[in-house]
Parts: sequence; structure tokens; C-alpha cells
Amino acid sequence: MLAYIIRRVLQSVLVLLVVGLVAFSMFRFVGDPIDNMLGQERTQADIERLRDVLGLDDPFPVQYWKFMSQAAEGNFGISYRQGRPVSDILLERAPATLELAAVSGLFAITFGIGFGVLTAIRRGGLLSSTVMTLSLVGVSLPTFLIGILLIYLFSVELGWLPSFGRGDTVMIGGWSTGFLTTSGLKALILPSITLGLYQMTLIMRLVRSEMLEVLRQDYIRFARARGLRERSVNFRHALKNTLVPVITVTGLQLGSIIAFAIITETVFQWPGVGLLFINAIQFVDIPVMAAYLMLISVMFVGINLIVDLLYVAIDPRLRSDSSKRGH
Amino acid sequence: MSDLPQSTPAPRRPSALRRAWDSDLAWSFRHAPLAVISLCLVLLLVLSAVFAPLIAPHDPFNPASLNLMNGFTPPMEPNAFTGDEFWLGTDDQGRDVFSTILFGLRISLFVGFAAVMFAMTLGITLGLLAGYLGGWVDTVIMRIADVQLTFPAILVAMLIFGIAKGITPVEYRDQMAIWVLIFAIGLSDWVQFARVVRGATMVEKSKEYVQAARLIGRSGPAIMMRHILPNVLSPVLVIATISLALAIIAEATLSFLGIGAPPTQPSLGTLIRIGQGYLFSGEWWILLFPSVILLALALGVNLLGDWLRDALNPRLK
Repeated sequence: MLAYIIRRVLQSVLVLLVVGLVAFSMFRFVGDPIDNMLGQERTQADIERLRDVLGLDDPFPVQYWKFMSQAAEGNFGISYRQGRPVSDILLERAPATLELAAVSGLFAITFGIGFGVLTAIRRGGLLSSTVMTLSLVGVSLPTFLIGILLIYLFSVELGWLPSFGRGDTVMIGGWSTGFLTTSGLKALILPSITLGLYQMTLIMRLVRSEMLEVLRQDYIRFARARGLRERSVNFRHALKNTLVPVITVTGLQLGSIIAFAIITETVFQWPGVGLLFINAIQFVDIPVMAAYLMLISVMFVGINLIVDLLYVAIDPRLRSDSSKRGH
Repeated sequence: MSDLPQSTPAPRRPSALRRAWDSDLAWSFRHAPLAVISLCLVLLLVLSAVFAPLIAPHDPFNPASLNLMNGFTPPMEPNAFTGDEFWLGTDDQGRDVFSTILFGLRISLFVGFAAVMFAMTLGITLGLLAGYLGGWVDTVIMRIADVQLTFPAILVAMLIFGIAKGITPVEYRDQMAIWVLIFAIGLSDWVQFARVVRGATMVEKSKEYVQAARLIGRSGPAIMMRHILPNVLSPVLVIATISLALAIIAEATLSFLGIGAPPTQPSLGTLIRIGQGYLFSGEWWILLFPSVILLALALGVNLLGDWLRDALNPRLK
């Protein structure tokens, strides 16, 4: 058990070190950092000084070590395009992405579980067949087309909701929030649906198949035989027992929501980290790309690790398996 | 009675076409109407992309044939100034939307096919090596695959595109964009192939025909290519079809985000990107038609892949 945890943590650290190596090589070898950071009017002294500050004359492992320890402290260098520290830009943009991800995650979980239970209980009903068919179409639509479709329907034709931006935001400490103004809340609706739709169908299908499995069990039949109310059987007995796999999948999908926010943020010109990343690619702003890569991999690797460890904690069968799996 | 032949002739071996028609795969294909429809749809789109220069009524990339006065002509209506008529209307520069879609489809399909071929070659090679050689080769290849699988493929493709763009000199960036795109999407997609081929190779490796081949002294590469590869191809075919749909969507997404095919060589994604700008001013046709074609293409290939997966799955028979 302990050996498994240690091995799993070491693996995660190794992955992060490799990703760091990729990020560092990007910074060091894609284009010349000196060219990118100093303008046309530079003197030899400037170049020498910058070479010294960046430590470009040190051996490769030393440079890599410096880069990683600075990254661990949150220092990712200076954006080529904006001339400001990357960490400042990221902090400024993070609230927009996190709020969007939170709302779309909430949307995906609420409607995913709701529709999943509905389609499992009313199997073959008109409403559940409609939902199932729509979910199939939704999965084959690329995310950006869903966004455009929603914009066309609700912004262009009906004029109910804004088609881009965050609306008015309020600053609380260093955090700019859109939750406190009407226009901020309205601006959240379309992007959240666009971003959460895929995850919603995923959760819905999972809940549905798990529910169908559980509803066939003896204890459900027994609960019915005891004369419990239908709602109590469905929610207290059946749904509760489907939730463990749902929670793990939802956890794993959290990272994807942040990653796919790139597409949604571009469609809706949402001023978050994803849009920053796309602009960084367009203008080959390497420090921003490297920082985004590091951040997102810490998140993905962290989530994977937590889910794996939770599995072991929750499921006793896995625990004994992993201790026996000594080869 | 007398004109009957004395001895019945030996039954002739049916022709290759006949045998293909009678095969299990063809039988299940003929009995899946959805598969037939999607194949027709995909074939229609592929053919119109291949013959785009012959079909397209206008050459959208020849500035001489363009007339700015024709800009924003609605579909099926004569232009107010020139009186020219266009099936699907024109965009801001007076380019015929139907023709740009045909040429865009060409680029989308080319990038999709090329990326899948690249991913397939890379994945099969690495999968064969990992499965056949085992040991540290296997460990290294599969660890890399694991790390890559941690991240969504589209994110990996974006990153590779960004790095490759940084490496190519500025003056070649537009020309190289298509190849960089193929490289990025292909490299983000090899893991699936490698995993399946590795698993199948490990099963085949222990079978007697491989041991026999090794015994008579065939070299490792020859055994991998001539003996094992043909026996692991059918799952590869299924993954390739599904990968094609994913690659087409990935290409469209990247181009839509502005980090794919450049406006000088627009793919369907680039056309949708251009069209989105005119959504508010009422020129809906610039956006709608490329989107519909992209959707039809992705859906058709996806349905074909679904059918193929079920048809080749022995457990479902």
C-alpha cells in the first residue's frame, strides 16, 4: 500500500520533470531569447548583461535546474509580447477561466445527473429518447460549432444574451468576479453551456448505464417490495450507489474543462487563460506558452494522482491487489 | 437430356470481386443502411474534393477572376451591381462560397488523411517494437505514451503547432502551416495505434508460426513486418477510421482558433472562422455552408467507423 503510493507519487514527479524539460527547451532553443527580449537598439553591454542574468552561459543541467526552481516559485520570466512578468498576466486572467470552469462544471454535474436518472427511470419514454438522441448529436458537433450555434440563436436572433466578453466585473481583493453583476451573470450562461455540454453528456451516459445496472439488483426489488415510495427507491437507494464512478470521472474531467476552455474562450472572446494561450501561440510568445504548459500539467498530474489515491482509499479490493502486485 | 455435359466441370473458383461481395464484411455492410448512406456521403465529399478544380465554377484564389463588386452576394440571387449569380453566395471579397468550400474540403481531407497516415505509421512502428522487443524499449515507449495520454490530444497538437511555428523561419510560416498542422495532429494521435498494436503483437509473438519463423532464422524486422503486422491490422483499421473523424475535427478546431491553415490556403475551419465575423451583419451563408459540410463529413466518417468497429468485432457476431 505504502509502496504503491510512493511509486505513484514518484511517477508524477517524473512526469512533471519531463514536462519541465520540454518547457525549458522551448524557452531556450525556440528562437533566440536575447533577440526576443531586447529590441533593435541594443548594445553589446545589454546583451552581455542579459546573458548573465538569464545564465545562458551556464551548463545545460544548471540552467534547467534554475528554470525549474524559478517555476516552482511562480516565476516564469517575462512575456515577449507584453513585456510584463508572465505570472502577473496569468494571475490577472485566472479568475475568468476559473469562474467559467466552475459554472460549466456545475452545469455538467447538475444536468448530467438529472438527465441520467431521468433517462434510466423512464427508459423508452418520449422525453428520454429525445434527450438521448440530442446527446448523440451533441457529441459529434465540434465545440466551436456549438458555441457559434448558441450565439446565433440567443444573441443574434433573440438578442437575449451577450455574445462575447465577461460583462461588468467587480474587483474583490485581487480577484475580478462576474458573479455579482447582472451583466456578468448573463455573460456566463452561453460560454458555460458550450464548455459543459460535452462533459454533461458524458456524465449523463455514465449515470444512466450505472443506474440501469443498479436498478436490476435484488436490494432495489426488495426496497420496492417493502413498499417504499418510488422516489425514495430511485434516489436514496439507487442513485447513491451509482455515485462513486461518477465522482471519479467528474474529477478526471475537471482538467479537460480547463483545457477545452481554450476553444470556448476563443469563440466568446472570454478574457481568460485559454485565450491568452491561443494568442501566445499565434505570436510565438514562448514564456507564456511554457508557463501555461507547466500550470496545466501540474493540474492534470495532480488530479490524476488524487483520483488514483482516492481509489485506493475508497476501494478495499484495490488495496489488497496493489500489495500483492509485487512483481 | 443429351445436351447436358457428361461430366460436371470442376466448380470454378469465384472471381475476386465475387468473393469480396460474399465476404462477411460486405454482407454486414449491405445490411446496415446507415453505413451505406454514410459511405455514399463520404465518397461524394471525397470525390468533389479530389475533382474540385473541375467542379468549382470559379477559381477563388485567382485574383484576376474576382470582382470586389460581387462581395456579399446572397445565395441564388443576382448581385445588385453586376447581376452575377452564385449558388451559395459570395464572401466579403466576392469569392464564390461554393468554390471556396470545395477547395477548403480538399485541404481539410488532405490534412486529415495525411495526419492519420503519419500517426498510423509512427504508432504501428513503435507498437511493433514495444510489443516484439519488450524490455526497456517497451518501458520507454509506453511511458512516453502514458505521459502523452494524460493530456487531451487537441492540447498536445496546439503545443506542437506552437513549437513548430516558433522553429520555422517567419517568411516560411504560411507555406509550412499545412505540413506543421499534419505533423502536430499526427503526433498527438499515435498513442492509440501504438497501444493496440503492442497488445496484439504480444499475443501473436507467443504463437507457433512466429516461433517457427524465428527458428528458420528470419530476422526480427522481417518477422515483425511480414508475419505479425498482417495479423494485427484489423483493429488498426477501426482506429484509423475513428481517428480520421477526430483528425478532421481537430484540424477544423485549430484552424478555427487561428492556429492552423492560413487564410491564403483556407480549410473548412478557416472558412468558419472567417464566416463567424459576418454572423452579426446578416451574411449567414458565409458561415452556414462550410459548417454544414464539416458536420456532414465528420458525422459520415464517424458512423462508418462505428459500423466497422461492430462489424470487425468477433464478440458481437
